Amino acid sequence: MDIATFLIQVLNGVQYGFMLFLVASGLTLVFGIMGIINLAHGAFYMFGAYVVYWLTDYTGSLTLGVLLGLPLVIVLGLVIERFAISYLYKRDHLYQVLLTYGLILILNEAQLEIWGTNFYSVPKPDLLSGSIPLTENLDYPVYRLFISVVCLAIVAALYLVIGRTRLGMMIRAGASDREMAQAMGINISRLFAIVFALGVALAAFSGMIGAPISSVFPGMGDQILIISFVVVVIGGIGSVKGAFIGAMVIGLADTFGKVLVPEFASIVIYAVMALVLLWRPQGLFGKA
Amino acid sequence: MTMSRPTMALLLAVLAGLFTFPFYGGEFYVEMMAEMMILGIFAMSLDLLIGFTGLISFGHAAFFGFAGYMLAIVTPESEPIAIWWALPVCLAAVAVAALVIGWFSVRTSGIYFIMITLAFAQMMYYYFNENQDLGGSDGKFISWDPMVAIGDWQLLDLSDLTTLYYVCFGSLIFVYLLLTVMLNAPFGQVIRGIRANENRTRALGFATFRYKLVSFVIAGTLAGFAGFLEAVRTDFANPAYLGWHESGLVMMFVILGGMGTLYGPALGALILGLLKSEMQDYIERVNLVMGFFVIAVVLFLPHGVAGLVERLGRPKATDDGEAAP
Repeated sequence: MDIATFLIQVLNGVQYGFMLFLVASGLTLVFGIMGIINLAHGAFYMFGAYVVYWLTDYTGSLTLGVLLGLPLVIVLGLVIERFAISYLYKRDHLYQVLLTYGLILILNEAQLEIWGTNFYSVPKPDLLSGSIPLTENLDYPVYRLFISVVCLAIVAALYLVIGRTRLGMMIRAGASDREMAQAMGINISRLFAIVFALGVALAAFSGMIGAPISSVFPGMGDQILIISFVVVVIGGIGSVKGAFIGAMVIGLADTFGKVLVPEFASIVIYAVMALVLLWRPQGLFGKA
Repeated sequence: MTMSRPTMALLLAVLAGLFTFPFYGGEFYVEMMAEMMILGIFAMSLDLLIGFTGLISFGHAAFFGFAGYMLAIVTPESEPIAIWWALPVCLAAVAVAALVIGWFSVRTSGIYFIMITLAFAQMMYYYFNENQDLGGSDGKFISWDPMVAIGDWQLLDLSDLTTLYYVCFGSLIFVYLLLTVMLNAPFGQVIRGIRANENRTRALGFATFRYKLVSFVIAGTLAGFAGFLEAVRTDFANPAYLGWHESGLVMMFVILGGMGTLYGPALGALILGLLKSEMQDYIERVNLVMGFFVIAVVLFLPHGVAGLVERLGRPKATDDGEAAP
């Protein structure tokens, strides 16, 4: 492997890592703050991708598709939070797993009913469809760089919102002690609805901006959910910082796994997870 | 395990019904009931983990599906394999897989355990799904049913539907009794102690890690036994059997039936299986209905059918001097 190919693989790995972080951060936030294990997270990712396909096709612009589509998926998430998830806050993880498993069945069937079994592709915006030449015969697509930049911006925004704002303060208070926060006058059920919506928004948004580079297909949500689980477990469940490190590790491991040991590519990330767990059973940044 | 009188009556009625079923059931339904009983064994094995040890495994289907692949691997193309070879080899392979996965997973708890078992099951799923030598995503056909014979004398013909039905029926009862004996033995008391309070059990001097691991391996091996029977029934090893939809489904059996009761999960498999196959004739999107059904059970019937039956039975129990709820 020469140096240029190596660099491109690193870029690909990092970019994939950013995408994974975007999805996994929603999963880990919802767990860390609300104590909910949400298997339907991947289904929201899938819905994001399908909605943006549908709206981009309709309006002819990916930007418009994202802007119109995101609120749609968030509303769907809020409805689900209100009528199903909100009954689970004090229940055992087992019931959370089952109920959200039921949600996946419903959402997957709904997707088949609305969009069928076809694979779709979403065009990149003209402005970002070019590529940057690295060497004479290798170049790197601008859109992938754009995704990394957007993800970085969202990481920074998340960090600022949670660490520096009043809402962030309430979220942290709710996460560390639900009853006490409530006694202090914080409306926990509304706060949780906001956090859940944020998680849904992160999943759907990743599905949306990822749509132009990976096609839109049935079952895409299941795939991303499992990988997000691996990321979250490596980083430590509930830790956003951990999710970031975990996403980078998995992004790079998966990319290089595909290049170096193609026949075992799909197993590499699980092996990495097993190794991390041997060393730290609670993940890199998890609380024991 | 104490069982109220109405529960006992219900179970005996179900057993009597199952025993006589091949005489009036018709081929289609006999085949289906054989499948339901296999799934019942599968569900009971998961109940050992969820309901008794307190380990919520979301990757239990890995062992179910793996056993099927093992049978496909050990069965030669040209002739049947003796079951005296096939069954021990398949179960040993599943037990080793459960030991390895358990060794990694059991040291974690709660949500980590859920996610890790899921991830390992997916790893095995992808391995078989992408292994072209084993048919990839199409699965692998098993050309011969294992031969149950001593020398040249054939004891059972597993390709005969009625025989297979009674083999499944006997296996269901065998596994139920095996687990009941195990759970009433000191081992069962310890794993129940782990479920109630692991720290306290450890403080009493029990090496809880080892007990949990053993429980995990037994549960995995029994799931493998169910998977073996299913592979004999369908003559097919299918990657989908290892997938997480299957793991979720069996978890659903356990909850619908009532965890921690053993007979409940088997009943859950029966009810849900019947419901699903009956619906298939009328409704195109069965999973949509199943999804709503799952959610309804979680919200309104958290103790499952067994809990419901026990509750109906309770007022009667006051006659025997027990306090009313």
